Amino acid sequence: MNNDEEISLLSAEIALLNVELNKKYALLKKKQKQCLTKLDINRYSRQIILPEIGVEGQKKLKTASVLIIGVGGLGCPSSMYLASAGVGTIGLVDYDEVELSNLHRQLLHAQCNVGMRKVESGKLSLNRMNEDVNIVVHDVQLDGHNSLDIFKQYDVIIDASDNLVTRYIINDTCVKAGKPLVSGSAIHCDGQLTVYNYKGSVCFRCLHPKPQSPETVGNCASVGVLGPVPGVIGVLQAMETIKIIVDHPNVLHNSLLLYDGVDCEFKKIKLTNVKRNGCICTKNPEDITITMDYEEFCGSKANDKFKTLNLLKENERITVLDLNELISKKNPFLMIDVRKKVEYDMCHLPFSINIQLSDLKSKDTRSKLIEKINSFSNMTPNLITICRRGNDSQRAVDELKKYTEITDNVKWIKDVIGGLHEWSMQVDENFPIY
Amino acid sequence: MEKGLNITTEFTSGLQILFNNIKKHKVVLPETENPWTLGMLLFWIKDNILVDKDKCDLFMKGNTVRPGIIVAVNDQDWELLGDLKYCIKNNDNITFISTLHGG
Ligand SMILES: [Zn+2]
Repeated sequence: MNNDEEISLLSAEIALLNVELNKKYALLKKKQKQCLTKLDINRYSRQIILPEIGVEGQKKLKTASVLIIGVGGLGCPSSMYLASAGVGTIGLVDYDEVELSNLHRQLLHAQCNVGMRKVESGKLSLNRMNEDVNIVVHDVQLDGHNSLDIFKQYDVIIDASDNLVTRYIINDTCVKAGKPLVSGSAIHCDGQLTVYNYKGSVCFRCLHPKPQSPETVGNCASVGVLGPVPGVIGVLQAMETIKIIVDHPNVLHNSLLLYDGVDCEFKKIKLTNVKRNGCICTKNPEDITITMDYEEFCGSKANDKFKTLNLLKENERITVLDLNELISKKNPFLMIDVRKKVEYDMCHLPFSINIQLSDLKSKDTRSKLIEKINSFSNMTPNLITICRRGNDSQRAVDELKKYTEITDNVKWIKDVIGGLHEWSMQVDENFPIY
Repeated sequence: MEKGLNITTEFTSGLQILFNNIKKHKVVLPETENPWTLGMLLFWIKDNILVDKDKCDLFMKGNTVRPGIIVAVNDQDWELLGDLKYCIKNNDNITFISTLHGG
């Protein structure tokens, strides 16, 4: 045998041994997963000594897999507690990027990770807390076509999403896949928590067979949310998930927990335990289809992003560049900022006055407005409305046009397309965006 | 104590915005020939405590609450009690909860 032949023979032998070695590693990992290592016992000792968990419970956590949909205000705290508790596999679903306005409540995401994919930022932080946990990222927008394949890989599903469409998709997929659903929601200073589809309990559709109309659904961007509120609910979601994994008898199903952060009050509402007649959850899983057009069903989009309205004609609107020109030409106009007072206090254009949209209906407010209009001595001013993104400003124009005492005293009434957001993008980059 | 039914109505999870931002309202339902039902109460609330009647859509649809509102009597879902047909009793606490979807 010459040297070259010997080298190739040795290489082949090593390759075989490597395959064998990797097999043994995999087997060792699998065996280790089923029992607790010395480090596991040390690390999780404070919860293992609880009768609710014990060694068996900790082993269950170690082999369990949990899918968290939405790595936001709810998904951050729930994933942090589950990773730290030693849940073996955690899947993260999100299609969004970390934004500066997320950081006050989404504590997994560090300031230096603004702009990063949320799932990636989440994985980084979670693995920094516990490198033993297998974090699987699903950088997708969930829909009725991709959800089932993802859900099948997990034992428990956590709904930490931020919109009604996604909540229906998650529910239906959980029912079809037979997975318990730990559902949380939070906005303003209020939170809600319940577990659906667990040990024969009702599903989200049993309680909400008809989607509520989009006008009645608030979102965090417009209504606001105080960070600890989703924090409380997300942590409770982690708690209920742990209880499901260790098969604790008192999981919160057939009940709805309400948290009122303003009054610091918890209230538990007993829900019906009877499935709604004809509900999706009363059917055979094979007969359930989850490929409906959920956005059409809800009349809204599967995100909580801003939706642009077109209520006015083109000639009833001006762009921010038009506005800038009116200012430089010293064209006489009165600008009404129709946002809430607190938003106006946060930031506003120096020449604007603040009248909230809802106040335009008040006669008193309008008399004051007419006084302002008349203060433009011997000139008829234009009236311009502005808001954050350009929807309420259109509604304001529609409202103002109802009153001849206003329309008779101005040249025209128009709104600013895209509002202050667009002003910041195109004219004054120092103007705050929120 | 006045005759009629003394009850508490509670509006939570943001619904209080339709009721002057007051969550708990202690109210007295006047005596009637027929016993008070939750169905009757909804209209009474609309006529007597709802502030902005233009915003009735945000509370009711047809003869019941709009989709997305859960009603509970003494912390029990009204579906357990016959919903609109439930006969209100003295000292009942009737809670209206707006379902939240944010996160
Ligand atoms: Zn159901």
